[in-house]
Amino acid sequence: MSMIEFRNVQKFYGKFHALHDINLKIDRGETVVLIGPSGSGKSTLIRTINQLESIEGGQLIVNNRDLSDPKTDTNLLRRDVGMVFQHFNLYANKNVLENIMLAPRIVSRMPEAENKQRALELLKMVGLADKAENMPCQLSGGQKQRVAIARSLAMRPKLLLFDEPTSALDPEMIDEVLQVIKKVTTDSDMTSLIVTHEMGFAKEVANRVIFMDQGHIIEDDASRDFFQQPQTERAQQFLSKIIAH
Amino acid sequence: MINIFTHFGSQLVVGLGWTLLCSLITLVFSSIIGTVLALLQMLPSKLVHLLCRIYIEVFRNIPLLVIVMFLYLIIPLYFFKINGFTAGTIGLTLYTSAFIAEIIRSGIQSVEAGQLEGARSTGMTYWQAMRYVVLPQAFKIVIPSLGNQFVNLIKDSSILAFVAGFDLLYQANAIASKTFDTINSYLVVGILYLLLTMPLSYYMHYLEKKLS
Repeated sequence: MSMIEFRNVQKFYGKFHALHDINLKIDRGETVVLIGPSGSGKSTLIRTINQLESIEGGQLIVNNRDLSDPKTDTNLLRRDVGMVFQHFNLYANKNVLENIMLAPRIVSRMPEAENKQRALELLKMVGLADKAENMPCQLSGGQKQRVAIARSLAMRPKLLLFDEPTSALDPEMIDEVLQVIKKVTTDSDMTSLIVTHEMGFAKEVANRVIFMDQGHIIEDDASRDFFQQPQTERAQQFLSKIIAH
Repeated sequence: MINIFTHFGSQLVVGLGWTLLCSLITLVFSSIIGTVLALLQMLPSKLVHLLCRIYIEVFRNIPLLVIVMFLYLIIPLYFFKINGFTAGTIGLTLYTSAFIAEIIRSGIQSVEAGQLEGARSTGMTYWQAMRYVVLPQAFKIVIPSLGNQFVNLIKDSSILAFVAGFDLLYQANAIASKTFDTINSYLVVGILYLLLTMPLSYYMHYLEKKLS
């Protein structure tokens, strides 16, 4: 049973064709990395999965819900789909603990004691148990992103989306965040989709790599195959450029 | 000046009462109407947006005195009787809510889009995300402008004097014409207005500091 299924999905921004006829199936439990040059549609693709972006054609099924059907309840869908953003998007008016506890409290009405216990466990898991009472502005970028990951797990999602989770971080903070993502994605039977430019990390965590360019999926390989021997010239070019740095 | 306080004390207290009542009603209702108007403009409906813009532009761009005179003089001709205090307070509320709507809209728009996205991505509805995440931040941003507007509305409540609303300025006019002591009459009400506005100003400053 697949977790995500794109069938001939199209996306436009005005006249700009952002996603061309996307066909893609991701099974439950898979960890998939999405790579490609900027402007290739990776972020757009990942954002259609929790309906932060609408689609203009084709069919998109996520966790057995048909997103092309206007009757599909977006809010119900999103309870099962966590998202981690490039710029963290922690609630600036709430402390760390409240950031994690807000959605379980008002969306799924979790009892307060259970909610707090769960939030503290999540904070411990990302290594920030001592920051529970801090405000987001008092944290470093890496810490913010780790809190954001804890927040995305609070609703016990079945699917996690990471939209360039380390692109806004100082280099020395990237690793602490990648370690947490690795723990989250390999620990459980979680399905995850990660947009990233960290090739070493991609090689390590992904069982599958999707390479996009100009709104098309160019390659879709098992991770090992992709990094050893990309099929297309475009992917070879991309990899050689990235690795040359 | 002391004479005015002692001779007309009760009259001044009445004036202060009406001014305070008008200001409080206006503050509460224009805050509610202003917030609702700001939120309605966030809806996707173009028609709702247009209606909000018409309301705001009309009431923001007509002098308060004209709005109040319209209510006070024209409504009784065609619809029902309306006393000066009611006409003045309704007019002031309509006028002030247009400004508050603009202030709050600018506040909402200055909250990063990522805040709403972050909240929505966890399954919150649009209104939940607004209520718990976006609006608290928007209000914090607009406290200084909101404070200004609140002080303005207290001062603008002096419009009641033109429609027999018995407020502070109305009493000052009455006292001045009775005693011919214009300087002291208006000095006294000036001081009384300060007594109303200064604490509010300080409170808004305090709130601004406390929340930042």
